[in-house]
Amino acid sequence: MQTTKDSLAVGNGWLGPLAATSLKRADEPPLDMELEMTASLLRVSAALVLLAACSSADESALQGSDAAGDGAVRNAGLGISSSELAGQPVPGTQEDLEVSVGDRVYFTYDSVVLSPQAIQTLDGQAAWLEQYPNVLVTVEGHADERGTREYNLALGDRRANAVKNYLVALNIPPSRVLTISYGEERPADPGHDEQAWTENRRAVTTVTTTQ
Amino acid sequence: MRRRPFLTALLGGAASLSSLALPRSARAQLELDITEGIVEPLPIAISELYGETPLAQQRGREIADLVSADLERSGLFRPIDRRAFIQSPAELRNLPRFADWRQINAQALVTGEVTGGAPGGELAVEFRLWDVFAGIQMRGQRLATATDNWRRVAHKVADVVYERITGEGGYFDSRIVYVSETGADRDRIKRIAVMDQDGANHRFLTDGADLVLTPRFHPDGQRIAYMRYSGLTPQVYLMNIDTGREQRLGSFGGMTFAPQFAPDGRRVAMSLAEGGNSDVYTLDVAGGQARRLTSHSGIDTSPSFSPDGRQITFNSDRAGSPQLYVMTADGSNPRRISFGGGAYGSPAWSPRGDLIAFAVLRGGYFHIGVMRPDGGDERLLTRSTQDEGPSWSPNGRVILFSRTDFGSDRVRLFSIDVSGYNERQVATPLDASDPDWSSLLA
Repeated sequence: MQTTKDSLAVGNGWLGPLAATSLKRADEPPLDMELEMTASLLRVSAALVLLAACSSADESALQGSDAAGDGAVRNAGLGISSSELAGQPVPGTQEDLEVSVGDRVYFTYDSVVLSPQAIQTLDGQAAWLEQYPNVLVTVEGHADERGTREYNLALGDRRANAVKNYLVALNIPPSRVLTISYGEERPADPGHDEQAWTENRRAVTTVTTTQ
Repeated sequence: MRRRPFLTALLGGAASLSSLALPRSARAQLELDITEGIVEPLPIAISELYGETPLAQQRGREIADLVSADLERSGLFRPIDRRAFIQSPAELRNLPRFADWRQINAQALVTGEVTGGAPGGELAVEFRLWDVFAGIQMRGQRLATATDNWRRVAHKVADVVYERITGEGGYFDSRIVYVSETGADRDRIKRIAVMDQDGANHRFLTDGADLVLTPRFHPDGQRIAYMRYSGLTPQVYLMNIDTGREQRLGSFGGMTFAPQFAPDGRRVAMSLAEGGNSDVYTLDVAGGQARRLTSHSGIDTSPSFSPDGRQITFNSDRAGSPQLYVMTADGSNPRRISFGGGAYGSPAWSPRGDLIAFAVLRGGYFHIGVMRPDGGDERLLTRSTQDEGPSWSPNGRVILFSRTDFGSDRVRLFSIDVSGYNERQVATPLDASDPDWSSLLA
């Protein structure tokens, strides 16, 4: 991987010059300083997330990708980006979390072990939470139906706390991460087969409130 | 349904009618042995009870219908069609002509009389149970109560018949509480409902606004404990069925769930989840300090007391997979009792103390099964895509459970005799889960 002082090259694609992303774009209304800082921090850390994930990331998704979730398309070599604000998630919201990082991780049957993919997602969630220090989240723990109702309540609680503990280990304050278990009560997929059960064994991080 | 006191004692003393004068046969009295294997249902004739007035006659008919339905549902009796009866209720005010009853192969006969029965008034029932082949009376009793309470009188008659003939306690004068389910699969609306064990007097206790789970009767039959999702931390609550008054059970910081009362009604066991670890606690129902019983760093849940209140069976994954354990009620000496293979859960100790019912996932199917409290003699009674949540009838003979049929996507209540026979659906207005069977009502 080549790294130049003003750009990141990731695999065969590249994100364009970092410095350019902090420039106000001509078609944007003036941002106040704080928002601008936040916006550029978002792009930087989103880029960092992609960097961390580059070993398993889909290459084609990186070329000309909407990396920061703001509709910007980076054209290789031009250093100009244009963004469309309409229809994009507001930064710091649930939708933003889902789109930019991913709101959920999955588990194997009767397990609370965080897979490498889960850890990837949670690393992203932690970074995202750091950008938005006023955001409070609730981690919902769920289980598939293949167990007794009460055992599944306990299992959902274990999964929610496994996620919370991981985020806390990445220095997210515990007071910012609440947990709740729904056991088998709120399936993502109401089906009765392996596919549905896989979908349901999950912990979902939801934005609860902004302080 | 409001509880009304019974005005007359049920058993013994002055309320017991003396046997009508008869030479006793040398033959042994009628008995049905239900302790082993297949039972051929006993043919029994249940006559409409005699009434002087049309109102009393109607009650007499309804009581006979209800008694017949209870006994038939048990799988142990076969009520004979009344159209085959030779003697009328009026004639049966005297000694039965036993030859007429032997002729239709009745082995037992129930006769009686109703007085009163006006709405808002009083009702008195006298009934007698006869051994047809020996030609003698086995039981006679008089019961009196408010007319509104007539169904409970009829259930008590059925209990007396059942008890006298089988030698085991009855279970018909009891209630079932459960979770009534409706709505889209992803967002089920659940309400707690209560009904008589035969489905009558069905009533919703919660309105569906909050998710509610696992309702369990207090031994007094008047209160239930259950889990409710209100706010961010789901908790166990206690509700009085008659008044609807609700209060939290215990004040814990984490999620509490899986409540189950001790047989003396003074303590309740439940699980508390804290920091991803679920443990079993007990606390006084009247309030006071909670006592932690398990301290293993995994899942410990679904506690169920032995009938003497001295031991607790529960579900734990401390061995690496969900299994069943028994410990002393103070938390000491936990030992594993499930070894049949598969994932075990929802243990329920029989009111007779002799068996623990459970659900097990094995070979891709769920089964309801029973085992001795030491884990021996494991027997599977049912099999389906998902059977769980067994609850015992008051006499420890019938197991109620919920069954989710993946094919039809319905979840409903079923019951089965502990012998493995007479599996039947328990009718509910909507889909149903999480059943709990009360003790015999006072």
